[in-house]
Amino acid sequence: MTEPSVPAVPEGVRELDVVGVRHGAFGGSGSGDTSGFGGLVEPIVMPAAAVRPFGGWFDEITDEIELSIAARGLPATDAIEKVVIWRDEITYHVRREHIVPFVTALRDEPGLRFEMCLGVNGVHYPQETGREFHAVYHFLSITHNTRVRVEVSVPDGDARIPSIVAVYPTNDWHERETWDMFGIVFDGHPALTRILMPDDWPGHPQRKDYPLGGIPVEYKGGTIPPPDQRRSYN
Amino acid sequence: MSTENVTYTSAESEDDVDPYSGSYDTTEGRVYTVTGGDWDTISAAPEGEKDRIVVNMGPQHPSTHGVLRLILEIDGETVTEARCGIGYLHTGIEKNMEFRSFVQGVTYVTRMDYLTPMFNETAYCLAVEKALDVTDQIPERASIIRVMMMELNRIASHLVALATGGMELGALTAMEFGFRERELVLDIFEMVSGLRMNSAYIRPGGVAHDLPEDGAQKIRETVPLLRKRLKDTADLLVDNSIWMGRTAGVGYLDLTGCMALGITGPVLRATGLPHDLRKSQPYCGYENYEFDVITKTTNDVYGRFLIRIEEMEQSLRIVEQCIDRIQPGPVMIADKKIAWPSKLSIGSDGQGNSPEHIKEIMSESMEALIHHFKLVTEGFRVPAGQVYAAVESPKGELGCHLVSTGGTRPYRVHFRDPSFTNLQSVAVMSEGSMISDVIAAVASIDPVMGGVDR
Repeated sequence: MTEPSVPAVPEGVRELDVVGVRHGAFGGSGSGDTSGFGGLVEPIVMPAAAVRPFGGWFDEITDEIELSIAARGLPATDAIEKVVIWRDEITYHVRREHIVPFVTALRDEPGLRFEMCLGVNGVHYPQETGREFHAVYHFLSITHNTRVRVEVSVPDGDARIPSIVAVYPTNDWHERETWDMFGIVFDGHPALTRILMPDDWPGHPQRKDYPLGGIPVEYKGGTIPPPDQRRSYN
Repeated sequence: MSTENVTYTSAESEDDVDPYSGSYDTTEGRVYTVTGGDWDTISAAPEGEKDRIVVNMGPQHPSTHGVLRLILEIDGETVTEARCGIGYLHTGIEKNMEFRSFVQGVTYVTRMDYLTPMFNETAYCLAVEKALDVTDQIPERASIIRVMMMELNRIASHLVALATGGMELGALTAMEFGFRERELVLDIFEMVSGLRMNSAYIRPGGVAHDLPEDGAQKIRETVPLLRKRLKDTADLLVDNSIWMGRTAGVGYLDLTGCMALGITGPVLRATGLPHDLRKSQPYCGYENYEFDVITKTTNDVYGRFLIRIEEMEQSLRIVEQCIDRIQPGPVMIADKKIAWPSKLSIGSDGQGNSPEHIKEIMSESMEALIHHFKLVTEGFRVPAGQVYAAVESPKGELGCHLVSTGGTRPYRVHFRDPSFTNLQSVAVMSEGSMISDVIAAVASIDPVMGGVDR
């Protein structure tokens, strides 16, 4: 197996955010793929961290965030790992220990005033060692009509993030859902129990290593495997 | 039936007697009964504490909007604590979508909140289009059709909210009117997409196929009929003193509560805040339409009901503007690497690919066949990254968070369903009120469990 060829780092980008490696043109293996594409190896690269100036309103809001968290005794360089701008949306990658003061600033600072938290959602990147679980929060400011995204990454063995329910009570059920689906523990949540799956359910269904389930279906002599075992284009 | 000659058996005499179902012998044979009666043992309160009565309402209760389970702690008729149990309709839609192509995903999202299929599809398609960076390339006709379908869908959804809400509060005529009027909208959906519900009509890049030839005309004819009938429904309830008695001042939730709990939609607008994504962050060209954002300041069930009534009128206004603005043109993006290659048509054996397309790929152009095969089986690739797209559904902000890693399938899709978030307010709306007011409060949130549980 050849090593994945990492693409050239574009100008003005510090580091690439490689979250995985894709092999071949088809997801399945051993299926007798004679297309010649089976040997393809390609890194999966997420949009890279942006550097100043970001352009548009992103500089202004980032200044505002940095100032307001600094005023709360939290230097921006400590809290914010990196800023990603993609498709006109801004994402702040925040270190987990600083998530509560960070979102408190988002809510309380007059220049930010993100009144509305639109919940938290997990994403599982099993190949991203040390940052397997990402919790993604979306915020909406009705006052300023802006949206930001906040992302927190935690390792698989220690998937714990401080709960922000005390700041945004609406996140109560959203954090329960993320715990249920991904097994991310939100420390300080008032009652972190399963919400969609039964209370005694084993495992966390939205993890990538959790199978989809399903049985082969026979039709007119042919057998069609369940969706997660079919040959697929990845 | 006489019970003179029966012999009751008790737990003392037989070890295998089920405490929940006793049995006794009659001349016709042994009769089993399911009696319960074990309340004394299971509800024994700790010493010194008042008796607690916890009632499970649902998940199979006609007044709980599907399979919502309400766990109520009551003191007489007063609810002292209310909690929701959800998850009874969890179908793993988000997980399933990770194993399907981006276009196939539409057939899943349309089944989430089954009363607002057009909104689910639009939110998802807007997210896919944003990730593809083709938002500007969506043809105008497709956007107008999307808006028209969404607004008709808003009417249908609000009508069900009124119908089921009315039924739950005992206004059965409202239910009959609501479902009858909704059928007019569903007839339009059937004419346009072939399906009354779960239409999978809005696709990444545009819509599945164009309106039928007389489609716009038929919609234009339906609007006045709907307007007249909606007025009948409104007349039935708006100044109805019984209806007001059940809804006014009930299910109170003010702006502070809404903000803390992330409530959007009619519940938020009933507090007087004119927050509507169609105005504040327009999508699909909503900035080109004239309509009002309806607000009330009553903070109660009655205000939310009035908002729904008036929003339906605004939706009709938008539908009329859509019909006036619509021009002939493509309904799918011009990029052939995204647009579905075939046109659907109705033949003698039902709906399928049009005969012209079959002729082209089967006997004229091998490249067209390859293209069709690749795009339909493999699908298109979406660049790696994540986006969030939101629409104003009848229930509030419906958001779609889409993560792609450059493959032909979503790496992760998550829907921020408004019903899910809004249901969190049941406790604060109904604690301290009567049990009957819980029904009114839940009905005013209008949760649809298909969307809540996904």
